[in-house]
Amino acid sequence: MGADLTRHVKRNIVAYIALLPMAAVVIFAYLGTMAWSVRLSFSSSKLLPRNDFVGFAQYVTLFDTSRWQTSLGNLAIIAFFFLLICFVLGCLLAIFIDQNVRAESLFRTVFLYPYAMSFVVAGLIWQWILNPDLGIQHTMHGLGFSGFVLDWVVNPQMVLYAIILATVWHGSGLVMALILAGLRGVDTEIWKATRIDGIPAWRVYVSIVLPMLRPMIITSLVLLSISIVKMYDVVVAMTNGGPGTASEVPAKFIMDNLFERANIGLATAASTVMLVTVLLVMAPVIYSQYFRKSGRAS
Amino acid sequence: MSQAKSATTKRPLTYHEVWGRVGIYAFLGVLALFFLLPLYVMLVTSFKSMDEVRLGLIFSLPQQFSIDAWVKAWTSACTGLECTGLQVGFGNSVKILVPSVVLSILLGALNGYALSFWKVRGANVLFACLLLGSFVPYQVFIYPLVRFYAKTGIYGSLPAIVITHIIFGMPVMTLLFRNYYSGLPLELFKAARIDGAGFWKIFFSIILPMSVPIAIVAVIMQVTAIWNDFLLGLVFAGRDNLPMTVQLNNIVNTTTGERAYNVNMAATVLTSLVPLTVYLVSGRWFVRGIASGAVKG
Amino acid sequence: MSSVSLQNIDISYGNVPIVKKLDLTIKDGEFLVLLGPSGCGKSTLLNAIGGLTDVSGGSIFFNDKDVTWTDPKDRGIGMVFQSYALYPTMSVERNLSFGLRIAGIDRATIEKKVKWASELLQIDHLLDRKPSALSGGQRQRVAIGRALVRDADIFLFDEPLSNLDAKLRAELRLEIKKLHKTLKSTMIYVTHDQIEALTLADRIAVMKDGIIQQLDTPLNVYNKPANEFVGSFLGSPAMNKVEGRLVSEGESRFFIAGDFRLDVSRYPFAQNIESSRKVVLGLRPEHILPANGSAAAIEGQVSLVEPMGSNILAWSTFDGVSLSHLVGQDDSCEADRTFPVTIDVQKASFFDAETGWRL
Repeated sequence: MGADLTRHVKRNIVAYIALLPMAAVVIFAYLGTMAWSVRLSFSSSKLLPRNDFVGFAQYVTLFDTSRWQTSLGNLAIIAFFFLLICFVLGCLLAIFIDQNVRAESLFRTVFLYPYAMSFVVAGLIWQWILNPDLGIQHTMHGLGFSGFVLDWVVNPQMVLYAIILATVWHGSGLVMALILAGLRGVDTEIWKATRIDGIPAWRVYVSIVLPMLRPMIITSLVLLSISIVKMYDVVVAMTNGGPGTASEVPAKFIMDNLFERANIGLATAASTVMLVTVLLVMAPVIYSQYFRKSGRAS
Repeated sequence: MSQAKSATTKRPLTYHEVWGRVGIYAFLGVLALFFLLPLYVMLVTSFKSMDEVRLGLIFSLPQQFSIDAWVKAWTSACTGLECTGLQVGFGNSVKILVPSVVLSILLGALNGYALSFWKVRGANVLFACLLLGSFVPYQVFIYPLVRFYAKTGIYGSLPAIVITHIIFGMPVMTLLFRNYYSGLPLELFKAARIDGAGFWKIFFSIILPMSVPIAIVAVIMQVTAIWNDFLLGLVFAGRDNLPMTVQLNNIVNTTTGERAYNVNMAATVLTSLVPLTVYLVSGRWFVRGIASGAVKG
Repeated sequence: MSSVSLQNIDISYGNVPIVKKLDLTIKDGEFLVLLGPSGCGKSTLLNAIGGLTDVSGGSIFFNDKDVTWTDPKDRGIGMVFQSYALYPTMSVERNLSFGLRIAGIDRATIEKKVKWASELLQIDHLLDRKPSALSGGQRQRVAIGRALVRDADIFLFDEPLSNLDAKLRAELRLEIKKLHKTLKSTMIYVTHDQIEALTLADRIAVMKDGIIQQLDTPLNVYNKPANEFVGSFLGSPAMNKVEGRLVSEGESRFFIAGDFRLDVSRYPFAQNIESSRKVVLGLRPEHILPANGSAAAIEGQVSLVEPMGSNILAWSTFDGVSLSHLVGQDDSCEADRTFPVTIDVQKASFFDAETGWRL
């Protein structure tokens, strides 16, 4: 066995060397940093990392911090509406575009272009349009509708929906593109069979076609979920967490505690919570999507 | 469905079908307007003078067409005390973009090649970890990386941000090339080995020349992703290398006194110009990138 | 039970005509096969009969009812597709019953029909499975079952066996034939496989370029092909074709191609043929027989033999004309030797050299 292994490595030595950069990135940049982040979350680190051990003290503090509670609650609301609206809107757009419409490629281009732009840009644009002193509200007042109110970005009750609006604008094209690609892959004979069976078109989509597109649906939901968990840029550009703490999100909480509040222990505790949540939620999805069918058996 | 309908027909559409078509176009049209609205507002405002902006009619076309705001955004818009315009950020973004894109694609291709054609023990476990890493929020990695760069003395420099982009681009680039190479016939590789070609010879003479289509997809994905990055540039690039997105946010959100909305909007459009151009030129390749980077291995 | 009548049918995609001015009547209970190479319009025609493709001219009648613009679901048809077109996320039972449920038929009836169809097709043990867990043959049985439960008067088959391997194809071919015998429904079957056409059909319509070349029983289509195309499209090994001319000498008539000369006086020409008319002689390999000492034998120089199991296909040259012919295993026909044969002129075919039509 030992001799076999040596011979195998010798024979493929160049391939081993070629994979060293990847190994280094995985071991140091991914696993190492992750481990150290988790380790720091059990220390009392403030401005500089410390090597002491304070148990779950940082986690207790974290969940006592109202800003963190707000952040988590906000993320939950944003994630729920964002995923729901993006998915429904993206599917509808794809299905409608699939009805043999004229100027199909124009529609496709229009619905997907926001996805090519940065979250910063998305945040800034919608900040202006929803800004009561400048945007739609101001314009409507100018036109004589003085009772018109659209102040989402400065209204603590509505600011999350402003963010949802901007992110939906940014992301629903992605769902459309993936679902449309899937629809185009559906065997035309399936459609013929449903016409012989006399199944109404909407029923075909709901009962037959969309279930067939499960991989595309999961892929788009995974991509959107990742972008929501990582969500930072759009909030910074649009509201910077305000008004007050009404639109704080976990990613921003961590960044603030790392670089502005010099509270590394608390920040790493928060990032560990995010890490565990993501792994728990994503693990089954990742497993079924990426590892069930492994590459070529060599 | 589309095929079945494409035959020419003498049959007049029924009342029901006519209203169906009207509904489809109405739905798509209204949503197209919603999607285009921000771009339209940005463009018209950027061509207005501040006097006109103060009138507060964001949807009206500019009465006096002016490119002053564009010139100002590019050459003299202020971030705090410095008033050097977005051109600085643009230059920085290009400096970050070029080495990051080239290196991350080359490494992705190399990884994909080694993973799909060579037997390296433990490589699949490594790859699995890499993929898993791509789902983890950046915030988990950022602080340790900052410390690491600080220790090695490159924190806040161009190499630091380039290395960071390579690290975080690696999962999707490796996946992209690995999937593509898995679709190439293994016989090709076997034939080359029988002809006596080694690891690098096969990679450079046979595999890389066959990788053009997927490399185009990779370029599209990486250019868009790296150009649009905000967080990594903010943390790792350092004051002298801040990318365009960070500078844009600084220009817009740190101004004191009256906000020059026309300049801000011109700056926003300028920042989006690179990814928008990539998107419009690449067309279906862009979608292919989204799909092939994410759909199963 | 239903007859089908197509009158003056035109179908085109954009400006490209696919089917041209086509008339066809299919009798009640008949098994009609549309046979032709890919792109000949046979599938398009079948889709038009099913209402899946709109015609650009002409009318379609089922019995005496004009169904040209009737919705597919109201035509009383069942259809089976090449790719099976099963609903992949539904179980076999759901696949069979889905259309009936949508139509609002009561549970008991649906259950009865599903049971009947699945037993008839021997798929009753598979009802809980998803299509992905079935073999190709089983999938096609389910697809046939889905057509059966619809109580259809007319069954349309669009190359249903093309995706199956040779053994399964033969098995299901038999199954479909039995089904026709049991149900006695009208069946229209599209294929490019001549064996399927010859074994299944009551009548075959051979199509090319959107036009029916010949409509007749399998035997007639095979033995008396209406033109050169039909003659060479059917038959394996393929028909020999020799260009030459017909020459009358007194009471006798000869086919002459260079040095090759054949007495064809016994061929039943359909019309009077002037002397020295240019023709193409079509000869199936099985109609060139080992001479066995017959006087009319001609000698061939054998160049190649291909054993095909039950018999042997030999390639020989007769006075400069190369012909393939079948010989038995015991006929001791070997390459680079000579071999005497007789040609069964009555079973040959003559085609006009210019128009290709049978003489």
